[in-house]
Amino acid sequence: MTTIRTPEPRPAEPAAPAIAPSPDETAWRRRHLLDLDDFGAEEIELLMTTTDAMKEVLAREVPRVPALRGSTIITLFYENSTRTRSSFELAGKVLGADVINVAASSSSVTKGESLVDTVKTLQAIGADVIIMRHGRSGAPYLAARHAVCSIVNAGDGLHAHPTQALLDLYTMRARLGDVRGRKVVIVGDVLHSRVARSDMWLLTSLGAEVVVCAPPTLIPQGLAGAGEGQLPPVRVETDLDVAVRDADVVMALRMQNERMTGGFVPGVREYSRLYQVNAGRLARAKPAAFVMHPGPMNEGIEISHEVAHGLQSQVEEQVANGVAVRMAVLWLITRVGGRSRT
Amino acid sequence: MSERLVIRGGRVIDPARRLDEIADVLVEDGQIVEVARGVAGDGAREIDARGLVVAPGFVDVHTHLRDPGLEYKEDIASGTRAAARGGFTTVCAMPNTQPAMDNRATVEYVLRKAAGEAIVRVLPIGAVSKDRAGRALAELGDLAETGCIGFSDDGAPVGDATLMRRALEYASAFGLPVIDHCEEPSLSHDAVMHEGWVATRLGLRGAPAAAESSMVERDVALAAATGGHVHIAHVSTRAAVDAVRRAKARGVQVTAEVTPHHLTLTDETVAFGARGGDALLYDTDAKVNPPLRPQDDVDACIDGLADGTIDCVATDHAPHALIEKLCEFDEAAFGISGLETAFGLCMRLVHAGRLDLATLVERMTIGPVRALGLDRAVPGIGTLATGAPADVVLVDPDAQWLVEPERFASKGKNTPLAGVTLRGAVIATIAAGRLVFESEAELV
Amino acid sequence: MSPVIAMSRDDIRRAVTRIAHEIVEHNRGTQDLVFVGMRTRGVPLAQRIAMAIAGFEGEEVPVGSLDVGLYRDDLTERGPAVNIQPSDLPEIAGKRVVLVDDVLYTGRTVRAALDALIDYGRPRRIQLAVLIDRGHRELPIRADFVGKNIPTSPADDVRVRLYETDGDEYVHVAAAEGAEVAP
Repeated sequence: MTTIRTPEPRPAEPAAPAIAPSPDETAWRRRHLLDLDDFGAEEIELLMTTTDAMKEVLAREVPRVPALRGSTIITLFYENSTRTRSSFELAGKVLGADVINVAASSSSVTKGESLVDTVKTLQAIGADVIIMRHGRSGAPYLAARHAVCSIVNAGDGLHAHPTQALLDLYTMRARLGDVRGRKVVIVGDVLHSRVARSDMWLLTSLGAEVVVCAPPTLIPQGLAGAGEGQLPPVRVETDLDVAVRDADVVMALRMQNERMTGGFVPGVREYSRLYQVNAGRLARAKPAAFVMHPGPMNEGIEISHEVAHGLQSQVEEQVANGVAVRMAVLWLITRVGGRSRT
Repeated sequence: MSERLVIRGGRVIDPARRLDEIADVLVEDGQIVEVARGVAGDGAREIDARGLVVAPGFVDVHTHLRDPGLEYKEDIASGTRAAARGGFTTVCAMPNTQPAMDNRATVEYVLRKAAGEAIVRVLPIGAVSKDRAGRALAELGDLAETGCIGFSDDGAPVGDATLMRRALEYASAFGLPVIDHCEEPSLSHDAVMHEGWVATRLGLRGAPAAAESSMVERDVALAAATGGHVHIAHVSTRAAVDAVRRAKARGVQVTAEVTPHHLTLTDETVAFGARGGDALLYDTDAKVNPPLRPQDDVDACIDGLADGTIDCVATDHAPHALIEKLCEFDEAAFGISGLETAFGLCMRLVHAGRLDLATLVERMTIGPVRALGLDRAVPGIGTLATGAPADVVLVDPDAQWLVEPERFASKGKNTPLAGVTLRGAVIATIAAGRLVFESEAELV
Repeated sequence: MSPVIAMSRDDIRRAVTRIAHEIVEHNRGTQDLVFVGMRTRGVPLAQRIAMAIAGFEGEEVPVGSLDVGLYRDDLTERGPAVNIQPSDLPEIAGKRVVLVDDVLYTGRTVRAALDALIDYGRPRRIQLAVLIDRGHRELPIRADFVGKNIPTSPADDVRVRLYETDGDEYVHVAAAEGAEVAP
């Protein structure tokens, strides 16, 4: 059992470091997480390595650390989302924070307290972080402009869902290593998908080849023709059979019922015939390709049951990675500003 | 009430008479007496206008005074003070008040209140339909008799094509225009800005340009068919400008206006603000209907204004309370408080060489008067002709000033231009012979 | 002021070797011994100690790495340095754990490490080995094995550089402007 090695004599002259100098100086200056459209590669890398550390915490027998002990995190959800809210709640609790859930019905937007007043009230009762889900695009930006505490966007209208995109990226990297040069196909209701918007920004900023695929009625205006820096540089393809060719990742988006009745597509039958991610289509992708879905899935509509639960599905990994990514986000944003507690 | 005034040594631009020269303007008893070099003062109060441009007072054919009913946003006193600060001596009050100006009594209330509180002339616009509901015609004859200078359901289009047809036919009996806010609701529903890459970036619902132009085309067709006069409010798209241009060439009785903001700001203002930058602002103060459009549409509007396709500049002054803008973008009210920045903003076109100063003055004075036939109600309005009302504005085309909404006379502080420096300032405004506004900058 | 070299690379090598011998002697062998290096520079130091022991004892002592970022109580003073990495620990329940770090100063990092270790299991015993003890403890913590005691002023900058992490090897002490180095 013993392999005896003598201590290596050190070279007389310093050699190049075997390990890069520790990146203690990596700056993180964001107090809020609103979207990923202005993230640099270094920040994304920091988020990913921090997520690695959080995965290790979650793997422990007693997954709890005192990192945010004494901090108060409030989830303020104007839209129901058990998955996202519980994921954030767990993330906060694992880090030792007190987590309070505030359910704000969307009707209170119009008849009750204004968003700015709500944010100020929650701040006054001691919130260090407000995690906000809101049906209106840009609402977290409004909150952040008037907040001393940190604001985390847990999904705003049709605009952005940054933590979902980060967990998507984390899940992809776990399988692919680097996403640079990889082909990611996002198929479905891109027009109404904040997940797709954040995914497009994040993946293209890291050099992935992103193809969005949907009927033309569900492609946002200006997506293909926008100037540099205005929108993420993605390719638009309306034929899914063409789009999936040689893909590394196929991501199906949820097709909501009201879109079916809202005249965007003729109906479920035709939509699923033309745009469902199923085994036949997946066979056109690379052999090692895998399938993702931000959930909740409409099995049999945008994704077939066999693919959703097949060997190529990473859907459960996405959910599992969600907690770690959100821990990383909470940890990083609370390093900056906020209440001083020395 | 009115003084004897001599405005000395300014560059007098009176487009109605193609006048552009250094001259003095003598005003007495609320009327223009003489425009000439070296007029005798005879003890009149002297205003030194050397280095300034002297023009007829500006005329705004599209102003929301919010009075009666929405006085928390604006009232006749504050709105006309804002007008005076913007160089306007006449404002046409839109009827989307509460109650709407769809009946004689409400219009009389406005005129009575204006007589007591307004510091510039207020000309009412009556509603096209009862309660502005778009179903049945309001009593247009009564409204015409009461002094309305046109009819509009502005804020909303006259959506029903038959109602629009009847309105054009019926209004033609009084020689008055129907002013239409052109927006096809089945195309624009739920939209909060222009449809394009900016809306996609922000995740906001956009209205396509066709929502405007398709209804302009409809209105033009109805005006042609009825012989009525349609005035297209706040044109904002290339397709709409083209439609008006073609209609005018065919001899259709159509006129059009454009706002200062549609001439100068693009839909990117919603995302990044009027001062630019990278951070997303979701600037609710740039939320307006029709929405701010891309540069190509802005260019078409400028060209249309320059070549006369668009008859006039109109502010669409739409004041709102702070709380109506300090909210989620989707929830925010549409509109820009525009009276006090109109001239400075439009001067951007002059400084950029897109429009000459005399043309801009034309489009803010005699242009709107002719478009809506306002001189039938107020003879001489929009000119400095002898006997015309003594409505005069003094402007400095090069003076720079910082837009500070908190200093607005309007109750509506809602402008995307806060913190922006404009080049071109109103120095003094004389309405009916009275000095109603004088810039803090030293005059004499 | 120009920094003073407090330890050369040979000094560091000798100190590591001595600590290795002391640990074996103190624990009467390597039975149940586990080394836990504290990130960043405690990790290579722990590996070197283990290698030294392998050299003279012929026994391999498991080495783990511990990141205490999530356990610190002085974060608000640290500014935006936020890097944390996964900890990688062998089984520690019932073991004799030797925590290894480069510099012992206020003791707060060690306090955080003790909290962290206990979250992973219940060691039989925890000992502490450091390359430098610079004094100024704020907690009742002491090292069991010390490479060198270096008296400092709190304002001094003690800089440890190791090949594995920094590509160079020395310990510098730079006295703060106007501060006196304690005798």
